[in-house]
Amino acid sequence: MSGSYDVLMVGIGGQGIILASNILGEACLIEGRNVRGAETHGMAQRGGSVEGHIRIDGKFGPLIAPGTAQLMIAFDMLEALRYSHFLAPEGHMVVNSHIVIPTSVFMQGAAVPEKEAVQERLKSRALCLVDADALAVEAGSPLSQNVVMIGAASWFMPFAPTSLLQAVERLVPKKTVEINRKAFELGRAAGERCREGSSDT
Amino acid sequence: MTTQYLLGNEAIVKGCLESPVHFVTGYPGTPSSEVIDILRSLPERDFYVEWSVNEKVAFENALAAAWCGLRALCTMKHVGLNVAADPLMTSAYTGVTGGLVVMSADDPFAHSSQNEQDSRCYALFSRLPCLDPSTIQEAHDMVRDAFALSEEFSLPVIFRPTTRICHSKGDTLVGSPASVPRKGEFHKNPQQYVVIPAHTRVLHRKLNQKQPQIKRALVEKGYNHAEVRGSVAVVASGIAAAYVREVLPPDVSFMKIGAYPIDEEWLGGFVRKHESVLVIEELHPVVEEAVRQVSGGVAVHGKKDGMVPYEGELSPVIVARVMQACGIAPTREFPNPVPAGDIPNRPPILCAGCMHRPVFYAMRKVFKDGIFPSDIGCYTLGLQLGAVDTTICMGASVTVASGISHSGEEREVVATIGDSTFLHTGIPGLLNAVYNGAKMILVILDNRITAMTGHQPNPSSGTNAFGVPVPPVSLEAICRACGVSYVETVDPYDLVSLLSVMKDARERPGVKVIIARQPCVITARRAGVRRGRFQVDAESCTSCGLCIKFGCPAIEKSGEKAHVNDLCSGCGVCVQICPAGAIRKEVKR
Repeated sequence: MSGSYDVLMVGIGGQGIILASNILGEACLIEGRNVRGAETHGMAQRGGSVEGHIRIDGKFGPLIAPGTAQLMIAFDMLEALRYSHFLAPEGHMVVNSHIVIPTSVFMQGAAVPEKEAVQERLKSRALCLVDADALAVEAGSPLSQNVVMIGAASWFMPFAPTSLLQAVERLVPKKTVEINRKAFELGRAAGERCREGSSDT
Repeated sequence: MTTQYLLGNEAIVKGCLESPVHFVTGYPGTPSSEVIDILRSLPERDFYVEWSVNEKVAFENALAAAWCGLRALCTMKHVGLNVAADPLMTSAYTGVTGGLVVMSADDPFAHSSQNEQDSRCYALFSRLPCLDPSTIQEAHDMVRDAFALSEEFSLPVIFRPTTRICHSKGDTLVGSPASVPRKGEFHKNPQQYVVIPAHTRVLHRKLNQKQPQIKRALVEKGYNHAEVRGSVAVVASGIAAAYVREVLPPDVSFMKIGAYPIDEEWLGGFVRKHESVLVIEELHPVVEEAVRQVSGGVAVHGKKDGMVPYEGELSPVIVARVMQACGIAPTREFPNPVPAGDIPNRPPILCAGCMHRPVFYAMRKVFKDGIFPSDIGCYTLGLQLGAVDTTICMGASVTVASGISHSGEEREVVATIGDSTFLHTGIPGLLNAVYNGAKMILVILDNRITAMTGHQPNPSSGTNAFGVPVPPVSLEAICRACGVSYVETVDPYDLVSLLSVMKDARERPGVKVIIARQPCVITARRAGVRRGRFQVDAESCTSCGLCIKFGCPAIEKSGEKAHVNDLCSGCGVCVQICPAGAIRKEVKR
């Protein structure tokens, strides 16, 4: 066994996945643990589908094998579905309850994916849906949705919540620390409801 | 020493600063670009750094600095080494006095590249030492020590990380930057620096004579090491070595190759202690070929007997399956889940407000039957808009266009190239096209930046790598100096002018150049440009779908009608496309 706790983050280029994965990496340093990560740079970032692998306690390569991730944090429901096969059968999924429709769908006149249908397909997993966009606005900035997601997912990661919050404070721009602290707490409260009900909120 | 969570390229920067490096050059290319971007953004530095116009230029500048006794780093992606190959090959003959490290970042799986070539082959070809890290920590340590190694052997050293090193992250132990300033001094020595035949024959012999000591030293320094544990062995290199270690049972011998050339005697001694050896490496079977040469009857598995794929990147899953197939039980078994089907793709796409989109739109309108050679940059995404017919390598849009025009093909040839790519290797092609009387149109997509790789400045940007203002080069003057008489500059957001210039150019003879100029929408936004958004008046919208076909991510369908979302950057091109006049400036209520 590799002995690592593997987290896959998925979303769309530009949604702040790199910062989110850095926060998990920093939390590992705070707790004195090894960590490996892999992320998408370059052309794929131009609005394309992107993935970030974070292996808490990882000592070997950075890549998570399909079917073995303990947790998926998805910034878009369609991307959650696209990468859902990466999740281990007992794994958890924390998903932002929004869909950005790929431009190609409109251009090609293809069927527009319906939110309800996507949610139905995700339901075979332990699913925690979080309205991160709304909570980020409530925290003070729509840009803080990645920190909302980390707060929500904090229940499913082997970190002390204080380590995650400390990592957030270290990595976000100084002017936005207060907003992001609030974003983390709002996300954490939303995640707690999932944990109790173990379904969508 | 501190432990930090670093991107591979950040760890490489730390290693360079600890060495320390004095002189840095390079041309942007994924996955290598962050190294110079981080170095040039440091608040304090006592080294020289430049973004060069291409890799050959970068290499020669760095070589000269190393001839003057400095420690020099030259960065590029793997295909950049093709451009720099001319000086690289002969630099092995001349050698260096300071340390020269050539970072050539390979891209197995071509995540962001036009091919999957292996820079280690250049090391064999040139007979230069090559370091191939398997972890981020090793990347840091190797590049830190590579400068001294280069000085020890008086040879440039090739440093070859791959995408999964450059763009992976890990906890990394790093030291403090060193400050050992050096001032360049050139000592004349024609026997070394002037490679006329009489000198070069001697230099070639010297290069060959160095090889045995290099091979021994690389083993002694621990870059290549082996652990004998059983009758079966796995030999691995690069990131594949990390994948192997994740699943390797304790009774299987393991050898990791991290440096080339490999000492054959040492390698043979290891191989012949086993009944069978499995070689796992990405891309070219460099290690496997060496193992097979010394195997002396030991069974060798790898690419050549079909066990390991030649193409793409490896992963723990692939490595475990290969081991299984070769009779080695991996310590971990992986499931084989089926991805969810019926999900629309989400490929990368030109940004909302990107200046390339209206150019492609206009080309399709004016040259309905045209042939569209293109080049390397964000604009290669014009493929999705039906406006990219060829892409092969940097600068080849111009030359492929002239070649097609001379071939007897009668349709119009309209090539596209970005500003940075034109300055990189496009100019000689344009000169050649004019000189030899081609009939073609070249559209220079001048967004004033090297956008795709992360917005590095180039000579058309108006700043250098430090952000110091420099006069931007005149693309118009360059084209005219190449002999082009028709050079027209147009704002691509002005669709009417764009269409009329293209129609005008079509009627002219010879080589015509259209320069479409508008800053990259990302750099414009960072610089504070705010144009105000547009919106669709649902009552006027006739649902004709023309704006949807334009392919802007800011335009979506809401029911049957078009809708402008908040990605809109206010370029206003869609206003000129809408036949019903339904798209208007957003009115804040």
